[in-house]
Amino acid sequence: MTKLLLQGGRLVDPATRHDGTADVLVDDGRVAGVGSGLDAAGAEVVDCDGLVVCPGLVDLHVHLREPGREDAETIETGSRAAALGGYTAVCPMPNTDPVADNAGVVEMVAARGREVGLADLFPVGAVTLGQRGAELAELGAMARSAARVDCFSDDGLPIREARLLRLALEYTRAFDAVVADHAQDASLTDGAQMHEGEVSAMLGLAGWPAAAEEMVVARDLLLAELTGGRLHLCHVSTGGAVELVRAAKARGVRVTAEAAPHHFTLTDEAARSYDPVFKVNPPLREKADVEAVRLGLADGTIDAIATDHAPHAREDKEVEWGSAPPGMLGLETALAVTLTELVGDLGPGAHEPRSPVVGAPAREGSPADERVPKAVHSPPGYLDLASAIERLTSGPARCRRVPGHGGPVTPGAPANLAVFDPAATWTVDRAKLASRARNTPYHGRELRGRVIHTLLRGAFTVRDGQASR
Amino acid sequence: MNKHLLSAGDLTAGDITRVLDTAAHLAKVTDRAIKKVPTLRGRTVCNLFFEDSTRTRISFELAAKRLSADVINFSAKGSSVSKGESLKDTAITLEAMGVDAIVMRHGASGAPWRLAEWVEAVVVNAGDGTHEHPTQALLDLYTMRQRFPSFDGLKVAIVGDVLHSRVARSNVLALTTMGAEVTLVAPPTLLPARVETWGAAVSYDLDAVLPKQDVVMMLRVQLERQRAGFFPSLREYARLYGLDGRRLDAMADHAIVMHPGPMNRGVEIAAEVADSLERSVIADQVANGISVRMALLYLLLGGPEVTA
Repeated sequence: MTKLLLQGGRLVDPATRHDGTADVLVDDGRVAGVGSGLDAAGAEVVDCDGLVVCPGLVDLHVHLREPGREDAETIETGSRAAALGGYTAVCPMPNTDPVADNAGVVEMVAARGREVGLADLFPVGAVTLGQRGAELAELGAMARSAARVDCFSDDGLPIREARLLRLALEYTRAFDAVVADHAQDASLTDGAQMHEGEVSAMLGLAGWPAAAEEMVVARDLLLAELTGGRLHLCHVSTGGAVELVRAAKARGVRVTAEAAPHHFTLTDEAARSYDPVFKVNPPLREKADVEAVRLGLADGTIDAIATDHAPHAREDKEVEWGSAPPGMLGLETALAVTLTELVGDLGPGAHEPRSPVVGAPAREGSPADERVPKAVHSPPGYLDLASAIERLTSGPARCRRVPGHGGPVTPGAPANLAVFDPAATWTVDRAKLASRARNTPYHGRELRGRVIHTLLRGAFTVRDGQASR
Repeated sequence: MNKHLLSAGDLTAGDITRVLDTAAHLAKVTDRAIKKVPTLRGRTVCNLFFEDSTRTRISFELAAKRLSADVINFSAKGSSVSKGESLKDTAITLEAMGVDAIVMRHGASGAPWRLAEWVEAVVVNAGDGTHEHPTQALLDLYTMRQRFPSFDGLKVAIVGDVLHSRVARSNVLALTTMGAEVTLVAPPTLLPARVETWGAAVSYDLDAVLPKQDVVMMLRVQLERQRAGFFPSLREYARLYGLDGRRLDAMADHAIVMHPGPMNRGVEIAAEVADSLERSVIADQVANGISVRMALLYLLLGGPEVTA
């Protein structure tokens, strides 16, 4: 295997709280050294001057549509989109056809991911058989399968029966697995098309009230508390839900939470176009919710940024709003959207303690740091760069097991890395996406932050912005 | 005016006045023995109806024919649409056939916005889901203007299922643009979220509102709303929000009663009210619908300016 020296980059490794210039030596698929003056004899030098080097991104929530809807996305196209987005690990949700509610399907998905080789897939198993919400799927069989599933969800559908969620939270304790719930009260959202508020009222579209999310979040938190089980909340989208999670964490409930880029960047105003590219579940909410989700990410109430990447075939979205399925693409834009919308000054975080580089002295304030290009514009900084990367790497890695991903970038660890230019701007063009689908809500938007290289176990899955295959 | 008529909210006060003035002029055509002018000869108007609405379709059809346009009626039932054709494909097909205007009724809110993205033809929203029905609002305003000198300060109550009513949305938009004072009257379950931002007053008490109004517009209440639990029974609805003879007596002497039709006699409106010769202008609304739609097609398809 090739020996590589990622030279002169700004290494941001949240797991070791490192943020500063450091070379990274990669040998035989693993990190062989971090710091300066490494013995890089025989290594190919990759110039990372002006670039950020960080653990490969981890996405807790994607829909790769295989098996069943290969016309919208496949494990291959989805993995390529992931790699181009800087991801080395993604967690496909079980709402495929057939549903991933048994060891056979989760093993097939993980194996197909390995075969494609562009990202590691950590499948999420269904909580209930067929995601029908009636009886538990064989969670143990999935946990003990070759796919080693430790996260279960009926995502897309809430677990309606409180008793069933309780049992799932209890039962999964046997394998220290996590139950990820899509919080939505079905009776309050029957036929709902978008967030309930001023815009839905004017547009004559049935509303999906914030309370329908918040009451289920509250229920789920109480059940997590009751059972001692591990709860993860998918795509938290309302201010009230963020507040509930914050309070639950303060009293020690075992809960983690994710937020999707569209929920901290877009609002229900987008629906005024009636273009279903903006239809998503949970729906785009209001400005105050967007602000609350941002603040939740900033203070760590929300552990992870997860895309809820949901490809849909073109003909499924080129319809009337009410007939379109909900969902948006996310993998290829999440990092840039996060950097553009949440990270202000690109300099090292003022409040983030930085420890010395492993095996090398820290180079805080070195000339190299000053070479980090400044932002093209300075939006309000909700997160410093290191914290933003944390929410995309070690944050999600804390929510479930993704062995070898999310850092730390230390000798011996698998070389799962992303290298990006934090200042490069680019314009999203849906026609150029690697995803098979085209339903990005960011088409035409200028974003800051471009993935240059992605390495999976020391091999380039993306090099110079191009997928290796 | 915009290229299309999608929302009553897209119309300025000047636009609305122009439509009503043009309609008044064209209404004279309707009074003639030969009810036809050659203005839109050679132009093709397609009535694209995904929902049954005989009265609206006939009104548009007559309007187009009186302007000498060629009219095609495309109803979704029994057509390629019922065989699974998408709205986009239907749009592309009509476009390829060279239609100049598409008048669309659709069950999905916002469908005309989608259509307008896919065709070059002028799109007229003839009712979309639970959203808007701008030509209904214009014919309602025309009818009000026949009875009242000005919209400024005109007091209009819109009573009933505001939540699901496209007539209410379009009327609120057009009436507030023209300076009328609108009061929405409904049980709280049939009012939209944040209705207070609509620029209209809101009341749950019809009896308190009625004596102050110049115009009382009753909305059709659909049986399925009761089944969905928005109110306990039709009888209770009629008792609290129906316009009966007793309530008619409580109205000001000059006040008029409107209804977009079709009516549920005995529910939102009693037969004696609907048929009241002095108060009910419901038949006028239907007649005026043709003139107003003539005016719209005329203006949108670029007919020469009419001087009254």
